[in-house]
Amino acid sequence: MKELITSLANRYGVRDWKDLKAGQAACFVDSGRLRDCLRWLRDEAGYAHLSFATAIDQLERGVFTLTYALRNHERGHSLLVHSEIDRTRPVVDSIHRLWAQAWTYQREMKEWYGIDFPGSPRVDEEFVLEGWQGPPMMRRDFDSLAYSDATYAERPGRASSDPAEHMKRELYPEEQA
Amino acid sequence: MITAILTRVGYALVSLFVITNYGLLLIGSMARISAKVQGRVGQPVWQPYLDIIKSTAKRNSISHGVMFYLGPVFRLAGGVGTYLFIPAVFGSALFRNFSDSGDLLLVMYFIFFGQLGMALGASEGGHPYSAIGVSRGLAQMTAFEVPFALSVIAVAIQYKTLDITAIVAAQQGGFLHWTVATNPVAVVAALIAFLGMSMHNPFSVVIAPQEIPIGPPTEYQSNLLGMLQTNRAIFNGAKLVLYMNLFFGGATSLPVMVIKTFLIYFINVFVGQAFPRLRVDQSIRFFLGAPTVIGVAGVIIALL
Amino acid sequence: MSDKHSIPGPLANEGLPLAERGLFCDAPPRQYQRANKITEAFWNWARAQSLWILGFGTGCGAIELRPLMTSRFDMYRYGIQPRPTPRQSSVFVIGGYASVKTLKRIVRSYEQMMGPKFVVALGSCTINGGMYWDSYNTIKRIDQYIPVDVYIAGCMPRPEALLAGFQELKRIIRAGRGEGQNEYARKFEWYKANQKQVIKDWNMPDYNW
Repeated sequence: MKELITSLANRYGVRDWKDLKAGQAACFVDSGRLRDCLRWLRDEAGYAHLSFATAIDQLERGVFTLTYALRNHERGHSLLVHSEIDRTRPVVDSIHRLWAQAWTYQREMKEWYGIDFPGSPRVDEEFVLEGWQGPPMMRRDFDSLAYSDATYAERPGRASSDPAEHMKRELYPEEQA
Repeated sequence: MITAILTRVGYALVSLFVITNYGLLLIGSMARISAKVQGRVGQPVWQPYLDIIKSTAKRNSISHGVMFYLGPVFRLAGGVGTYLFIPAVFGSALFRNFSDSGDLLLVMYFIFFGQLGMALGASEGGHPYSAIGVSRGLAQMTAFEVPFALSVIAVAIQYKTLDITAIVAAQQGGFLHWTVATNPVAVVAALIAFLGMSMHNPFSVVIAPQEIPIGPPTEYQSNLLGMLQTNRAIFNGAKLVLYMNLFFGGATSLPVMVIKTFLIYFINVFVGQAFPRLRVDQSIRFFLGAPTVIGVAGVIIALL
Repeated sequence: MSDKHSIPGPLANEGLPLAERGLFCDAPPRQYQRANKITEAFWNWARAQSLWILGFGTGCGAIELRPLMTSRFDMYRYGIQPRPTPRQSSVFVIGGYASVKTLKRIVRSYEQMMGPKFVVALGSCTINGGMYWDSYNTIKRIDQYIPVDVYIAGCMPRPEALLAGFQELKRIIRAGRGEGQNEYARKFEWYKANQKQVIKDWNMPDYNW
């Protein structure tokens, strides 16, 4: 494990290695060297399986964190490779040639976060939404409530109450008086 | 002459009315018995009537052209035709229908006729499930016709006639004269074919009731569906009466007919509640296997 | 309640590609006259006793229909049974939340059903959005898009509540108030406008007989 960390650091500038638990670790790589790093991990280090790929919106820092979960089945070890891209210019290299299934995840991220993966097959097609015209809805600056209020008709008379207060009133009415 | 013909027609209509109601009640009661087996209360016995009234009372219906209308008409003609050439009660003027005009071959033709007409009409609906249902239905029908035809051949050889009234007449005089006693092997083949003909479990994949592909009637609605439901009752009754006549000595009175046909229909419930559904390819292999061999054995026994 | 209601012009079916427009009808739905009082009462009685559900689970609430069908609650004894095709069914059970994507299918299936047709909407989500009240993709009131006869509140409503809802539906039908089909035809433009406001990519026929 030690030599893997060292060679990753030397080759691709991988930093922030962190053992999360037995058999699982996380590390960070710059987005420009992401694809080369993943290829090396797949071909040379035995992390041949891409479990999933997803994105996290770090609104406060103005970045998207991309996470690629790889697994080395021979050693029984999982590795989460993190990378960050600028929120205003969300473009990153596509890895669909490394793992054929990656295009599905990339299509998902394109629709939900607006992160572009140039060259990825069908990346511009609809994934789960049909006819969506608003901004990418999983971005944290997208106001779901305001969109919902503006788009969908509401039945008047809906009220919400604090569950603790409500149950107190319901169960112990004498204490209220 | 005219009076005689009109009387015959009037009698036949009464007979048809009786068998329709009997068929509907039979379907309702069997559904209720099946429900009891499954530990349910089950639908009311008269539910088939309500369904037909409801279907007829629908306000609008859609059409897919002339053939689409003709499908249920052919089906109903098949059911009514099957029934009208079988004597429902042996020796009764009211329930002998037109049995002296047609014979067993005509009846067998009518059994197939309805399904073919339905195939033409249902394909016109353009729904893929209709086409799937029709092809399944025709494939399974071709398969169960083999043991059924073999047992009919055995009966024809045994009694040296195709006239159903003559076959019933030859079986009179006690239990030991029935075909089920004189050639039980042929009857076994015929009863297995009967399971396929009734489209109950395990051979219900053709109509696959209440699932995604309902089969041929997918596009049929409103009064056309009511017609198909009515036909189902008539056709059930006709098949049961035919089986009773060929293998179980016919009936000399209406109560005997009711008891015998009820018991024959009960075989469906016994088998259907005990076995899961087969796929169409499985049921075809099944019918062309053991039942066909049994049917051939029945023919050989009749020849000996 | 009249056939003489002013019939708007043929539907344009603008959402469809040109080649497919001819495959669908361009006539809007029309209202149907009721039969005379006694006949209609008899028919309504039969309709109430023979409710055929469209077996199309549109949300998580569809899971409640399974115990309803099987031995524990046995809806068959009330004359309720599932049918696989909208052509033959008379009751559409909206099973909980309806996303916009599902709403497209709901509208098409509803329009394909033969009248008189009834809609039972179960779950809080169909009433006022329920727990999806702030969702970007879930409609909050199903009765803006298709006429609803009975609402069953709960999240999820138990099968007992569903049975009670079906009994209520039977009362409504027997009283002759189950006129959702005519309602849909009468306010067709309003319903269509609501539907098109939500379904942004309208790529289906305007009225799917």
